[in-house]
Amino acid sequence: MRNVDVCIIGGGPAGLAAALSARKEGIENILILERETFLGGILNQCIHNGFGLHTFKEELTGPEYAARYVQMVEEASIPVLLDTMVIDISKDKVVTAISPQAGLIQIQAISIVLAMGCRERPRGALNIPGFRPSGIYSAGTAQRYVNIEGFLPGKEVVILGSGDIGLIMARRMTLEGAHVLMVCEILPFSGGLKRNIVQCLDDFNIPLRLSHTITKIHGKYRVEGVTVQQVSLDKTPIAGTEEFVACDTILLSVGLIPENELSRKAGLKIHTTTQGPLVNDRFETSIPGVFACGNVLHVHDLVDWVSQEAEFAGQFAAQFVKLGSQISRLLPIVCGYGIRYTVPTTLCIDSMKTLTTVRFRVTDVFKDYYLDVFVGQVRVSHQKKRIVAPGEMESILFKKHWLDSKTEDEEITILLQKE
Amino acid sequence: MKETKQLVCISCPMGCRLEVEMEDKTILQVSGNLCSRGIVYANKELTNPTRILTSILPIIGGVEEMVSVKSKTDIPKNRVFECVKSLKGLVLQAPIHVGDVIVKDLCGTGVSLVATKTVLKK
Repeated sequence: MRNVDVCIIGGGPAGLAAALSARKEGIENILILERETFLGGILNQCIHNGFGLHTFKEELTGPEYAARYVQMVEEASIPVLLDTMVIDISKDKVVTAISPQAGLIQIQAISIVLAMGCRERPRGALNIPGFRPSGIYSAGTAQRYVNIEGFLPGKEVVILGSGDIGLIMARRMTLEGAHVLMVCEILPFSGGLKRNIVQCLDDFNIPLRLSHTITKIHGKYRVEGVTVQQVSLDKTPIAGTEEFVACDTILLSVGLIPENELSRKAGLKIHTTTQGPLVNDRFETSIPGVFACGNVLHVHDLVDWVSQEAEFAGQFAAQFVKLGSQISRLLPIVCGYGIRYTVPTTLCIDSMKTLTTVRFRVTDVFKDYYLDVFVGQVRVSHQKKRIVAPGEMESILFKKHWLDSKTEDEEITILLQKE
Repeated sequence: MKETKQLVCISCPMGCRLEVEMEDKTILQVSGNLCSRGIVYANKELTNPTRILTSILPIIGGVEEMVSVKSKTDIPKNRVFECVKSLKGLVLQAPIHVGDVIVKDLCGTGVSLVATKTVLKK
């Protein structure tokens, strides 16, 4: 069995940034395991621009952003195993993986960083009636076909869901000569970034049909069309609003789910909302020495925040190698009105940094609200938010001194208030 | 005549909601921007809107089938389709490295097309 100090599962943006930061902390014996033939993860198929404004202070495409990290990892001579699929992580931190070159391998790690990313919600999760014709793709699959393999999956396209990948693919397919008829969104607002609505839909006059969904897929062997229907606020289709739209392709951009089969198998506690592992402010999961970052932890809109988060996770993973567990008392963060979830969900009172970024998403669109933080009954922060929406991840810098006045058994609450 | 235009800045994923006060095609004031890029964007968007073009091209003899490319800087929005069409039929030969110039001048825009990915020889 191979022994490593920090074993990183996944060579996408999270894994690469975590590896680099563990090395910066002085850890020599690091290993990155990646199931694809190339490092960089999903960034390689995100050929559009808009990455790296925070990390590199310039606007890059996905492959360029990935290439910068790959180069840094190569320069740091961090060992990587490609074409290597992790099939098991045990509670005592033995990682089992398989690859065509090496067969079955086992690695005993001191720290593990989970950076497996996420996958797309499939058609099966949507219960849309109809046959199972060809021509139905998740937006990311279509993105891979177009940008990596060089195939155009269809000509007349309807996109269901206004997540960012769907919006990006609306533009991409249009530029490649397809006709994107519409993007249907079941909610009364889009789940994607506002800038993507502007530059991917508005630029090409592609209609965004809010409060609309697909209620039937037509065609037995190939998609022939869809029934598009308006929905009420509780997402129930409204009778009489059915409309047949002829098309040969449907792209689904209906959400991403952190890929945590390995984490569940290892017995990690999973957050019911994010579907990622529960972590404290050290990005440490319910198993000491196992850390998580990036989209396997919670789905991000921006790779820049993934890199930032992973850098901390790598740092804490390195500290675990050097010092062992730093966890003592954990203080829970409670989601108050308007807050869907926070990452982390707990703070290590004794070892926390003077400043900790707490990321969160809101439950709905809120205009002119205040973001408040309470420690017990004491309000420690009061910030005006002009507009917040579920599609855009928010964050707050939590200051350690906010806990100075804390007496026993108090909890932290983050919530939105009108004044 | 004074009017107010609403824009969403696309310079970065923050997507600042801009309010632009205009009088006859002259921009009086931009508000809602968190950084100076918002003002630059509002000025461009209301006079000569531009976009970065990204696409892919087939590559022969490489470890991958396609290589991603982009216009080195932004090009006029109304010339995006023309520029994409001009790439049709172009086939590259491996190796190609990030930053390699693929087309010196995209349809007379004065902007070059560069590779955004390294594809080494097979």
